[in-house]
Amino acid sequence: MFKEDTICAIATGMGNAGVGIIRISGDNAISIAEKVFIPINEKISVNNMKSYTAAYGNIYDGNNIIDEGILLLMRSPHTYTREDVCELQCHGGMVVMKKVLESVIKAGARAAEPGEFTKRAFLNGRIDLSQAESVMDIISAKNEFAAKSSLKQLKGELRDVINEMRDDILYNVAFIESALDDPEHYSLDGYPQKLRIIVDNTVNNVDNLLTTFDNGRMLSEGIKTVIVGKPNAGKSSLLNMFLGEERAIVTDIAGTTRDVLEEVVNINGIMLNIVDTAGIRETSDVVEKIGVDKALDSVDNSDLVLYVVDGSVPLDDNDERIISRIIGKNVIIILNKSDLETKVDKMLINSYITGEVVELSAITGDGRDRLYDLLNTMFFEGRLSYNDQLYITNARHKKELIFAKESLLKVIESIDMGMEEDFFSIDLMDAYEHLGLIIGETARDDLADKIFSEFCMGK
Amino acid sequence: MPVVEEYYDIVVVGAGHAGCEAALAAARLGLNTILFTISMDSIAMMPCNPNIGGSSKGHLVREIDALGGEMGKNIDKTYIQSKMLNASKGPAVHSLRAQADKGNYSRNMKYTLENTDNLTLRQAEVSELIVNNNEVCGVKTFSGGTYYSKAVVLCTGTYLKARCIYGDVVNHTGPNGLMAANHLSDSMKASGITIRRFKTGTPARLDKKTIDFSQMEEQKGDEHVVPFSFTNTEDDIKRDQISCWLCYTNEETHNIIRENIDRSPLFSGVIEGTGPRYCPSIEDKVMKFPDKNRHQIFIEPEGEFTNEMYMGGMSSSLPEDVQYKMIRSMKGLENVRIIRNAYAIEYDCINAIELKPSLEFKNISGLFGAGQLNGSSGYEEAAAQGIMAGINAARKVMQLEPVVLDRSQAYIGVLIDDLVTKETQEPYRMMTSRAEYRLLLRQDNADLRLTDIGHEIGLIDDVRYDKFCLKRKQIFDEIHRLNNTQVGGNRKIQGFLEDNNSTTLKTAATLAELIRRPELSYELIEPIDTERPVLPADVINQINISIKYQGYIERQNIQVEQFKKLEKKQIPADINYEDISNLRKEARQKLMLIRPINIGQASRISGVSPADISVLLVYLKMKYNKQ
Repeated sequence: MFKEDTICAIATGMGNAGVGIIRISGDNAISIAEKVFIPINEKISVNNMKSYTAAYGNIYDGNNIIDEGILLLMRSPHTYTREDVCELQCHGGMVVMKKVLESVIKAGARAAEPGEFTKRAFLNGRIDLSQAESVMDIISAKNEFAAKSSLKQLKGELRDVINEMRDDILYNVAFIESALDDPEHYSLDGYPQKLRIIVDNTVNNVDNLLTTFDNGRMLSEGIKTVIVGKPNAGKSSLLNMFLGEERAIVTDIAGTTRDVLEEVVNINGIMLNIVDTAGIRETSDVVEKIGVDKALDSVDNSDLVLYVVDGSVPLDDNDERIISRIIGKNVIIILNKSDLETKVDKMLINSYITGEVVELSAITGDGRDRLYDLLNTMFFEGRLSYNDQLYITNARHKKELIFAKESLLKVIESIDMGMEEDFFSIDLMDAYEHLGLIIGETARDDLADKIFSEFCMGK
Repeated sequence: MPVVEEYYDIVVVGAGHAGCEAALAAARLGLNTILFTISMDSIAMMPCNPNIGGSSKGHLVREIDALGGEMGKNIDKTYIQSKMLNASKGPAVHSLRAQADKGNYSRNMKYTLENTDNLTLRQAEVSELIVNNNEVCGVKTFSGGTYYSKAVVLCTGTYLKARCIYGDVVNHTGPNGLMAANHLSDSMKASGITIRRFKTGTPARLDKKTIDFSQMEEQKGDEHVVPFSFTNTEDDIKRDQISCWLCYTNEETHNIIRENIDRSPLFSGVIEGTGPRYCPSIEDKVMKFPDKNRHQIFIEPEGEFTNEMYMGGMSSSLPEDVQYKMIRSMKGLENVRIIRNAYAIEYDCINAIELKPSLEFKNISGLFGAGQLNGSSGYEEAAAQGIMAGINAARKVMQLEPVVLDRSQAYIGVLIDDLVTKETQEPYRMMTSRAEYRLLLRQDNADLRLTDIGHEIGLIDDVRYDKFCLKRKQIFDEIHRLNNTQVGGNRKIQGFLEDNNSTTLKTAATLAELIRRPELSYELIEPIDTERPVLPADVINQINISIKYQGYIERQNIQVEQFKKLEKKQIPADINYEDISNLRKEARQKLMLIRPINIGQASRISGVSPADISVLLVYLKMKYNKQ
């Protein structure tokens, strides 16, 4: 929804640049900056800094210093958004920027929606009218894309867990409301104690989710990409081509890559989290078998599979095993070693598995652009679930979870204070809506529908 | 051929609960008004349950009263039992409900109408709208009369092309066998109004002499009666109350229903209209909730001087013989006689998204709709729309801006906003859970919320207004005093707290802080508050609520502020949604259909996402800056 509150976001790219900027905009930008940033020079107080001046100091999360950096302060209306704007310049690593951003959110800012700074700039009359149309394009495109990617990202477990919690909450609100609506029919005697157990459980579930966020599973920034292929198909060479340098051990001896290697690469702005796996084959080597199993697990958890086929030898049993494992995934088939004589027919591969086939030579780099173009096309057609706001989206999700938890704690507080039952449903619905925002659903008429479908109403 | 031709400011069609409020409001605002009814004997008739109020509906009645409407006063005159529902719950859901003496209710309202200046009553079937250039100019009656007017308020209830049905019996009548209005909806259709078909139902009426009440649980009224109207005190309306009775269906009843379900016109498809889920027929309940082995049925008197008893919870459209069998299977009703059969009723209604929040049709200037015609159900919902339609029709004639209550001001605001925004697919009933800010929209503070508005409109006279202002000042002053009076931990105070099982003071506290403790209240702390003024009970009630629930109320106030920001962002009437290329198709279609007046309303339309709202805001900003 639209609120004139204070927003924040990482303003620099997501790669490992030297300097990272966290931008804060809104009425409370300066007071929020004051909470997280303390100048080294004790004479400087953030609140009294002049517009377009900078200070050097420490960035805090509560009482802990998380980084040192520079605060640049710009006062309304001479800023990009025409609101008060503060920029915190910190070290450019993802971990640091993430921590600074989270500290700023804790201090009271809200993670910005995609394009929100630009939108504010426009709404506040900062951008001139000729730019308006393009602003609208950006906003609508980003929203649509963000919605799509966040839904896709949340297709699995998390969505289920959140839906389960929401169902639980809605059922209980519907029960309370039915009893309030038809008090001669439904009684709430002894109900608060039952509800307390349910809400306690839900709080635990939210806590568990918050922990998974902190563990980085959900904060990983990029499309989970896995490179698979039989031994010596050229997987590591492909990764090295992406990286532009020799990092994985590349030899001609099959089975050299025994561990699972993870790398983040940026291809024309598209971030891939690449896992290079051990070659998949039947093996008696215990250590190698572990690597193969890991490789197969990575496939299951991936958003994109790069299946490397050794074009210089015919398809064999190992390829068959791999194909059976990756069918149904988002697959690009890389027909490698195009510098050698090709023994594998494109059509033949596609008769086993659907997916675009790109011929290239990871060693010479020939065909690389074709692969990059394909990645680009897939990204813009929405076939890859990722955009540059993914991290922000996740921070927003985290914030919503925290809101939901706060509302649930208020329910417990109300129960313990012996408040009347109708007070519970106000905060329960709050929690329901915050959880809904994570999976992109608004409440609207859910409650009325639930009441009528679950409870027998009416005289 | 000579015909009757008359001229009025305002024509009101239908004298049910909506029509009565609309006509009274318009006439009281000084407009020359005529009210048409199919029968002068059915004014303010209650063809279904014999209650006024109930959960959230009680709120509506008190709001109508605070605006200067009649329903509250009329039920105070004619109730035979009164109850405050949910009295053990929070103040937001306390709901007043009265049993009415139906005949008396109807007669009293008629008498009030008859003695209101500027108001003419006329028994006639209105059969045609006169519309010129998208502007309403009056109506024609079936008898050939023409009544010209500057505004028309349609309050046709369930009468348009009504059919009453049970089993395979179909009567082409309105409720209670009254004549249906079979012509008006065709004329409305010809004027471009969408006609839909809704359905509702009512239970059988039983002969009191044939009921064994010893088999039932008696349901008495409250000892202390709270009046609906803010103009009345308990003493003004106190009377001996009449009981209702509770009994239950049982497995045998359910078996009878299941065995005969194929004979229900609802299950066989004879009935096409959409019925309400919140007020299901007994056969619906049995089929939908097979696990419940009994359902509550309330036996309620239809009045003081009648033997007819209403069967709350037992509406049905099963055939006559099945009705007899199922009712007689119940304890206490073994030998009962049915006086009137239960029936389902189907009727024409409109799609209220064709209305503005003022209840004026978007496409026909001067034409207003209220009540069941708009797809709502319930006497109170009807009356609430009626008074607003009457006020706004009058203001239209007087060339004043319409009065629109928003969702943070009144249940009436929630009701009308839902109707004109959400395209209800079934008869709409009010519920407290539909009000986002229900902690603020309490039945006890309806006067504090709306009397100013009622006075400004002109329906609350100065005498009543001055009295109200005094009450408001007393509340304000006393809360101020309680917030600013400190008590220390002296022996008297600590002793008092100990006696009341309340923690003793460690530092000084204000009286308000003490009142906020769950175990204490304004009344209880009297011994340690020696300087308090003498205040009436309703003032004390407000003080307790304001102080005790302050934290929750403040939170809702913050939510309301956010809400108001969006309500203030107006959308110009001439906006061209085709122009906004970035809107998603579904959102564009919905916006073009409903044409919301502000961003807040737009955001409540199902199918319009937050992203669409962003796009819309940017577009508006751009367009405005250009101009």
